[in-house]
Amino acid sequence: MRFRFTDAAIDTEAARRELLDRGAGGYVSFEGWVRDHNEGLEVTRLEYEAFQVLALKEGDRILAEALQRFPIKHALCIHRVGSLDLTDMAVWVGVSAAHRGEAFDACRFIIDEVKHRVPIWKKEHYRSGDSGWVNCERCAAAPRHAQGADHDHAHEPLEHSVLPE
Amino acid sequence: MSSRTAPIYGLILAGGASSRMRRDKAVLVYQGRTQLDRAFELVKRHVADVFISVRGGQITEPTRAQKPLIVDSVEGAGPIVGIRSALAAYPDVAWLVVACDLPFLSDAALEQLLGERDPRVLATAYTSAHDGLPEPLCAIWEPAAAAALAAYQSNGGQCPRKFLSAHSVLLLEPRDRHALDNINTPEEYQQAMDALDSNAPANSMQLKIQYFALMREQAGRSEETLETSAATPAELFSELNARYRFTLPREQLKVAVNSEFADWSRRLSAGDAVVFIPPVAGG
Repeated sequence: MRFRFTDAAIDTEAARRELLDRGAGGYVSFEGWVRDHNEGLEVTRLEYEAFQVLALKEGDRILAEALQRFPIKHALCIHRVGSLDLTDMAVWVGVSAAHRGEAFDACRFIIDEVKHRVPIWKKEHYRSGDSGWVNCERCAAAPRHAQGADHDHAHEPLEHSVLPE
Repeated sequence: MSSRTAPIYGLILAGGASSRMRRDKAVLVYQGRTQLDRAFELVKRHVADVFISVRGGQITEPTRAQKPLIVDSVEGAGPIVGIRSALAAYPDVAWLVVACDLPFLSDAALEQLLGERDPRVLATAYTSAHDGLPEPLCAIWEPAAAAALAAYQSNGGQCPRKFLSAHSVLLLEPRDRHALDNINTPEEYQQAMDALDSNAPANSMQLKIQYFALMREQAGRSEETLETSAATPAELFSELNARYRFTLPREQLKVAVNSEFADWSRRLSAGDAVVFIPPVAGG
């Protein structure tokens, strides 16, 4: 099962079927959605761009690491590229496992690693008409957010959790 | 005078008589390329628009004719005429003026000049490492210099060096003492060829660069093929940063060579594909 990109809506039902396994007692998925605000600014849409050749390799490495670290059956991640509107799904992660605990842990591991390692970039378009590449310009432009290059956009602020063995 | 900083174009002075050399200095060849081509490509790495300054009689000379030209349009003789003609052709532009008898001129020397430029004075120039006098022919000339140069020439002045000494300009110490060594005689030409051949870093090579996201926008392109002598991604980044003025410092970037993450100090080979990776933001 390979990390992949799509420029059309993610078919979560088809993706979920790829994870079916007679030995799996459960399945956990995560969907990242485009939300209407980030760091105090009203967001109207996003554009995603990827360095796909390397992104596919790095995405596959993350899925392989998840399968090695956690006793799970299958793991998959699909990421959108192109222009997305509010409420669109930007990323989907699914994991099946014998038991729910590992499925939750592996799903969280995959989304965290994807956000930190895979060469994908996100341009936010704001209500004001401005736009900006997330993590690339707003630290410099807005000193009140100068907490480093690690802020999160589309979802709850996640801590980059300490990973299990 | 406008308070806005003028954009910079490049001007290669190739209208000289080359009288002591007894040969046209622009077409002297170093390491397989004419000095005119070497100077043009060097300046082009730092400013987008580069012109060759020529006299009216030179516009069909083949080495010059293939490039954008600015033909002398004002009366008089000497390099001041070339500089004045460029300032007259584009009155709102500052000119990075480079003579074409400087075979050792380097990216670092142009970077220092551009980086320390003061647009409020008439020119930003180096002082000679040999006699401490201003070097007018590797300098940035601001739009406001046009009127002062015209007045200087109408009073009989010919020497751009004396002009700089007498006017409000910024003078810099060159970090590279030999960057501005010029050549005027056949003996100096031979010495320069020998020195360049013996210091030549590995011959230059072609690399393919791809740009993404913010860096794509700032480079104004998604890819390019580049002839460079940069030995590592770190050197390549410095060279490209001088041209595109990326806003992200290198510390915030990663680099990939041939579609795999790489060290900044890795040795590059001909044909390598290099991608600078700005901070990622998937999810």
